[in-house]
Amino acid sequence: MEGTSILKEKLSRGEFIVTAEIAPPKSASADDFIARAEKMRGFADAYNVTDNQTAMVRLSSLAGSVMCLRMGMEPIMQIVCRDRNRIAMQSDILGAHALGVRNVLCISGDHQSFGNQPDAKNVFDVDSTQQIMIFRKMTDEGRLWGGDEIMNPPKLCIGAATNPFGTPMGMHMLRTMNKLAAGAEFFQTQAVFDLDRFDEWMEGIRKQGIHKKAGIIVGILPLRTVRAARFMMNNVPGTCVPDTVLKRLTSAADSSAEGLRIAAETIEHVSSQEGVAGIHIMPINWHASVGQLVNMTGLGPSP
Amino acid sequence: MTVSLAGGKEEVRDLVSDLTAHSRRKGLGWRVKGLTLKRQCERRFAEGISADVQNADVVISLGCGVGAQSMSETFPERRIIPGINTSNMGAPEKKGVFKEKCMGCGRCTIDRTAGICTLARCAKGLQNGPCGGSVDGKCELYPEIDCAWHQVYTILEAKGELSEAVEPVPPKDWSRSHSGGVRTVRSKE
Repeated sequence: MEGTSILKEKLSRGEFIVTAEIAPPKSASADDFIARAEKMRGFADAYNVTDNQTAMVRLSSLAGSVMCLRMGMEPIMQIVCRDRNRIAMQSDILGAHALGVRNVLCISGDHQSFGNQPDAKNVFDVDSTQQIMIFRKMTDEGRLWGGDEIMNPPKLCIGAATNPFGTPMGMHMLRTMNKLAAGAEFFQTQAVFDLDRFDEWMEGIRKQGIHKKAGIIVGILPLRTVRAARFMMNNVPGTCVPDTVLKRLTSAADSSAEGLRIAAETIEHVSSQEGVAGIHIMPINWHASVGQLVNMTGLGPSP
Repeated sequence: MTVSLAGGKEEVRDLVSDLTAHSRRKGLGWRVKGLTLKRQCERRFAEGISADVQNADVVISLGCGVGAQSMSETFPERRIIPGINTSNMGAPEKKGVFKEKCMGCGRCTIDRTAGICTLARCAKGLQNGPCGGSVDGKCELYPEIDCAWHQVYTILEAKGELSEAVEPVPPKDWSRSHSGGVRTVRSKE
């Protein structure tokens, strides 16, 4: 088996990491996925391919990850616990690894009531911590969760999600420690807009020594309009966009240019914090913003 | 059963009057009769209303899903229509308000989670802690529902047992839940 995770190598070398998020389209054509990925190609070290995010049916994260590989882009395949039991998850991991996928992000998944199939039955056979435990066993012991030996085990770099703005902070910090204890190698955070609250959270991360055991990759979401900001606050639980950001977006002559400036300032702020391993850009539908932000902040991926 | 205030004497009386009024309005000529029995789920009680059931074209059961099925088994030749959408094993919060507490998973572990079942009381049935959507003690789905994990956290914090919540809980054995097939309970003699 060839190929190791570039993400894992960079994490272990302590190099600053840039990841970006690709949301697969509601399409059965590879062209539609490739068109999105193409706009971000070359700007990040690795690309998260989301798994039916916000419970909207889209092209699968496994297929999208493989298309990334064909384009020379390292994927981070997201797998939610909402849609698959442990049998399907492990099977998908074997298949994905066989096709070249080396990174996986374990997440619970947004509840189906938020999506376009609200009548669906959810699975939640395992939660994201247990998903990490299963993938760790496959990677570290070369065994399936049930105990069977894997002929050629996968070598995965396993990540998890964390929300710096969940309250109370102590409870969400415990959950992060729980995922770390299960074996998460990196964390990708929800989008950061409130720098003061982020700093407070990061202090908690350092106090617990979490950043020394796992890479903290901080979520950046460029806001194009004040409407987008309000939408985030109303629809993404736990998102907090401070008034100063809302005011800047409202009074700017060109709100998308201002949104980019705010995101670039956020990147500069978080990357100066001790223990931050990288940033994770979530462009939503503003794909060109990934390249613009990377260029503005001088964070191009190292060759 | 009248505990849930869904299918007792009063509810049967209301349903009879509604159906009779509907029939009269539409000229359907229905003859509607209301009956109550102690427990639909026990054959000996169900058989006590046998004569009335045999004379009926259709029986609407206001028992729970178990009661309605027992009626179907006792009177296989009659059509039994469920009159209630049975939903959960809950406890009364106040009169007529029940909140789900248990999902009958077959392997109870609430001793580990401050006596709160997070399988039944978290919308995602999470076993290791809250999702990112738990904000200020509320579930991201329904602001009127408390986040079960926040409740667990609050109790463990007061007891000084928070460190236990860090330890990862491995995947659950669901074989004694409904996933393992239809279950039978046998009490010891």
